[in-house]
Amino acid sequence: MQQQQKVAALSYSFPEEVLEHVFSFIDSTKDRGSISLVCKSWYEIERWCRRRVFVGNCYAITPAMVIKRFPKVRSITLKGKPHFADFNLVPEGWGGYVCPWIKAMAVAFPCLEEIKLKRMVISDDCLDLIAKSFKNFKVLVLISCEGFTTDGLASIAANCRNLRELDLRESEVEDICGHWLSHFPDSYTSLVSLNISCLANEVNFPALERLVSRCPNMHTLRLNRAAPLDKLANLLRGAPQLVELGTGAYTSEMRPEVFTNLAAAFSGCKQMKGLSGFWDVLPSYLPAVYPVCSRLTSLNLSYATIQSPDLIKLVGQCQSLQRLWVLDYIEDAGLDMLAASCKDLRELRVFPSDPFGLEANVALTEQGLVSVSEGCPKLHSVLYFCRQMTNAALNTIARNRPNMTRFRLCIIEPRTPDYLTLQSLDSGFGAIVEHCKDLQRLSLSGLLTDRVFEHIGTYAKKLEMLSVAFAGDSDLGLHHVLSGCDNLRKLEIRDCPFGDKALLANAAKLETMRSLWMSSCSVSYGACKLLGQKLPRLNVEVIDERGPPNLRPDSNPVEKLYIYRTISGPRLDMPGYVWTMEDDSAYLE
Amino acid sequence: MSPTAVVTEDEGRRKLSSTMERNYLGLSDCSSVDSCDSTLPSLCDEKKVNLNLKATELRLGLPGSQSPEREMDSDFYLTKLDEKPLFPLLPAKDGLQKNVVSGNKRGFADTVDGFSQGKFNGNTGINVMLSPRPAGAQASTVKEMPSKVLQERPCAARGTAGHNHAGAASVAGCAPASKAQVVGWPPIRSFRKNSMATASKNNNDEVDGKPGPAALFVKVSMDGAPYLRKVDLRTYATYQQLSSALEKMFSCFTLGQCGSHGAPGKEMMSESKLRDLLHGSEYVLTYEDKDGDWMLVGDVPWEMFIDTCRRLKIMKGSDAIGLAPRAMEKSKSRS
Repeated sequence: MQQQQKVAALSYSFPEEVLEHVFSFIDSTKDRGSISLVCKSWYEIERWCRRRVFVGNCYAITPAMVIKRFPKVRSITLKGKPHFADFNLVPEGWGGYVCPWIKAMAVAFPCLEEIKLKRMVISDDCLDLIAKSFKNFKVLVLISCEGFTTDGLASIAANCRNLRELDLRESEVEDICGHWLSHFPDSYTSLVSLNISCLANEVNFPALERLVSRCPNMHTLRLNRAAPLDKLANLLRGAPQLVELGTGAYTSEMRPEVFTNLAAAFSGCKQMKGLSGFWDVLPSYLPAVYPVCSRLTSLNLSYATIQSPDLIKLVGQCQSLQRLWVLDYIEDAGLDMLAASCKDLRELRVFPSDPFGLEANVALTEQGLVSVSEGCPKLHSVLYFCRQMTNAALNTIARNRPNMTRFRLCIIEPRTPDYLTLQSLDSGFGAIVEHCKDLQRLSLSGLLTDRVFEHIGTYAKKLEMLSVAFAGDSDLGLHHVLSGCDNLRKLEIRDCPFGDKALLANAAKLETMRSLWMSSCSVSYGACKLLGQKLPRLNVEVIDERGPPNLRPDSNPVEKLYIYRTISGPRLDMPGYVWTMEDDSAYLE
Repeated sequence: MSPTAVVTEDEGRRKLSSTMERNYLGLSDCSSVDSCDSTLPSLCDEKKVNLNLKATELRLGLPGSQSPEREMDSDFYLTKLDEKPLFPLLPAKDGLQKNVVSGNKRGFADTVDGFSQGKFNGNTGINVMLSPRPAGAQASTVKEMPSKVLQERPCAARGTAGHNHAGAASVAGCAPASKAQVVGWPPIRSFRKNSMATASKNNNDEVDGKPGPAALFVKVSMDGAPYLRKVDLRTYATYQQLSSALEKMFSCFTLGQCGSHGAPGKEMMSESKLRDLLHGSEYVLTYEDKDGDWMLVGDVPWEMFIDTCRRLKIMKGSDAIGLAPRAMEKSKSRS
């Protein structure tokens, strides 16, 4: 009784405005969530002043529910398709339509400023609606989205007077006309960030130049491949304050004046910290960027098909580098150099230059990664494609870098064993999870048995996302993960011998996770039905292009399975090859 | 017999440039419908197996103690063998269909053995397709990966009753001399794959030496179908393979089976009716080329086609009539 009185006293002594002011310093969704759980009045105050909403799965909740709880939202982030859609495992037309959200928000959030989407489908009509509904619209980020054309972009350009950021990262845009850029009115000067790297065709370059030169706050500019190199110098001269630049194709006829112009332009870019683009690189043009190299913190050469010596020359000058994305042309030698020169490196991604080739085309092995793990004390995020690995190497990496938080290893050939011992890589990955106690994201590859999952379940207590392919022997593997990984949010599995048992035994776990994807595994239709029946706050979706699963025996494995928690019930926009397991008997008809 | 969604044989011959004598549309090779003469049509024939209660019981069972999976596997394979012609067993690796839901559990152990013997284990379609390089000699004989693989497919399909949907029979007699492309593996985003595809074309003198067979995804739409598909053109080597794959992909639309959620799935079509529908010239396959023109598929050599094709569309024959003269002009001006 005394306790309650104390609490009551405290909350009366803090006017709402004060609490609101305090809350305004708290941006993280997680923390906001915690605040809202303290007591009813905090819940109320918090919900009225929440400005940013993150919806990790657009089907977990309805637009109406979000609007009802948070009436004053200014920024929304929505994610649609499952991650494996990036690799073509999700057929077209699966879903992820943003339209219902935009329509609802157009009415409810007239002050909306930011829309950030990932793996969603957005139409030109939607873009038009955004352009005309939100007077203060500032930020549009479309990552890996699709469904729209340059006409939609024209509408955004024409109508969004306060637009700051337009980022189309890796989206599929139907490129009808490069003149959409010209729709930015001459009076428009507020552009800060523009990423059009995914566009297939040339944009109207003069319009782009004028746009860039009249926007004094331009900070980030990522051109598309079709943007010619010989025009880059001029562009840069119009925006020497650029911090992030993505070039177009980095090649041109070899003409001395193009080179000198370019080098001079780069010399003028005193703030430049990040470079990307570099398609079709002509190595002799690379020295033009040398003036900015020492300040670079981020370098994306993952489209640059240049060989190791040129890469070494370039990267060797970037001692401040924190993030490097590069093709495996860099080879072990290049990675040795990286380890020696770039002591501030935090993130490394090495992509395969010839992923479908049968044999290695470059001298990149596990050794390169070991070197970097030794030489770069701040390295915590790794994505590495290679063709061979050993437990010893993984062990060394784990011990070198206990601060690792993201570790994604892709050994190109599935089920490849330790090439020295011919054993599975269980102990190597085991070492990773054991030593890297803050590991949040892990992707496995190579030859792996149930043992590796036992290690993961035992040690990977902070793991939030796990990607598994061609691994394991039995349900025990899946059971270890589901029962052991306390913080698991996203689990995606393909081509593993996991069936019903582990899933059903750990059904309750699924409600604590955002989503589970399983394809080409052994989960039966019957199990899916059961899960759908027993757990109403899960959507259990079966994806099967062979036709309705109820026409095959219940014991028949489904092709693909996507399970996610939701408070909005089954979705209604599924294509013909997706079936939701409902908890009434709808599917039996 | 007129072919499926592509130009008829006669038209095809007319359109072929004089250098190419091949019949791209060689239906006699491995027609989608013919190859599955071993299978029986009609889903109605399958018995519905009772829910295997033990397998689905919600309990913390000791994994491995009782393996209903085995029973499940055998039911599964039986089912697969009875697979309807609506999804005929094709060699095509169309990139969107079935990733095999397979008894990988057994498959794994088998494929380990399979590696050393250099044999496929047909239990699991994915393993079949993976067939990681067998040691030494066999791997090195294969340089041209995609075409080799695809040439072997007809053999595989004929030799076994199951393929993508994983029959129990192993692919006997077909050595896994090359690596098939598994859908979505290695995990590289399409944007990157398509970028690299163009890069290797431009640079292959200086850099790689060999044109990497990266994926080339194009969208395929069909009049009347509710949604698009994507295919990777590099997984086919001939028009016939592409056509078969598309037939398979879109047959469910043609039959109204997966057209919309809730559509009556129980209407069965007889095998002959399906054949007539698809092989009649009701639908025609067209593509949009780099110039933005719509052309009939089949008028240029395959390599040229995949170089220029931006997207595909399955049109009603009646809509495509106007395309023929233009196609002929274009191929004349090209040759």
